[in-house]
Amino acid sequence: MYPSTLVNTPVLLSGVEVGVHYYWNIAGISLHGQVFMVIWFVIGLLLVASLLGTSKLERIPTGWQNFMEYVLEFTQDIAKNQLGESFYRPWVPFISTLFLFIFGCNWAGALVPWKVFELPEGELAAPTNDINTTVALSLLVSFFYFYGGLRKKGLGYFKRYIQPTPILLPINILEDFTKPLSLSFRLFGNVLADELTVSVLTILVPLIIPLPIMGLGIFASSVQALIFSTLAAAYIAEAIE
Amino acid sequence: MDSLVSAASVIAAGLSVGLAAIGPGIGQGQAAGAAVEGIARQPEAENQIRGTLLLSLAFMEALTIYGLVVALSLLFANPFTS
Repeated sequence: MYPSTLVNTPVLLSGVEVGVHYYWNIAGISLHGQVFMVIWFVIGLLLVASLLGTSKLERIPTGWQNFMEYVLEFTQDIAKNQLGESFYRPWVPFISTLFLFIFGCNWAGALVPWKVFELPEGELAAPTNDINTTVALSLLVSFFYFYGGLRKKGLGYFKRYIQPTPILLPINILEDFTKPLSLSFRLFGNVLADELTVSVLTILVPLIIPLPIMGLGIFASSVQALIFSTLAAAYIAEAIE
Repeated sequence: MDSLVSAASVIAAGLSVGLAAIGPGIGQGQAAGAAVEGIARQPEAENQIRGTLLLSLAFMEALTIYGLVVALSLLFANPFTS
């Protein structure tokens, strides 16, 4: 029965294994191999798409170039809406990369039938359902808004910690920790929640019923990619303002 | 493992999602209602309103997700069981 084993860590929920990883030991560090494999798949996919889009550039875009230009315009708009017309350009690569990577990870986990590939331990799924991936991404965002602020204002950047009044200093410092925390938990929780909901429903009713939830999951995970990149742009905008 | 600890963990996991869903549920309802009102009053602003609504809904949903993270860590990575 489930209840007795559910509390005992590694659990099988109709195939979704929480807390089971395929470990790679490299130079004394254990890595979650299944995450790396899917990440490399996503990176390869994005590289191929961008190479196809830029290999034969034409004045009037057709096919892949057209599609990639549309994608770029979309991600440019994310940066432009938050950072403003005059500052957004240098941040477009970072924001676009974040959006495309998270979007690719979420959809790769939802759309590719990873069950075909057997691993000795754990299973292939969306890389963003591992807290380490999302924490790494959000720490990257923290690093870049500090970098942007320091580069724009020098040490005067730290003036914003006592900006309205010095009484708010502890809260302003705390904010630097809660920003990556909430960014990473939001993405991780949403992706894992989608996968768990689908798998629990598949235990109860294996056919048809989980389909709308899967559709909702695909929609929600693309929204999460949008949210993550929008918030990253908003944090950077706050720092360089 | 201590059965009392596991029973308490399971109850707490259920409660943490359930209680965390109340506030965001009310908030999301109000936000969606206001957005519908806005669209009804100004149909040409629908795209902008929809974008803002989705963004703020995701913010509210994050609060429930924090509860879910607590529940998941109680179920799968409970620090009091080993």
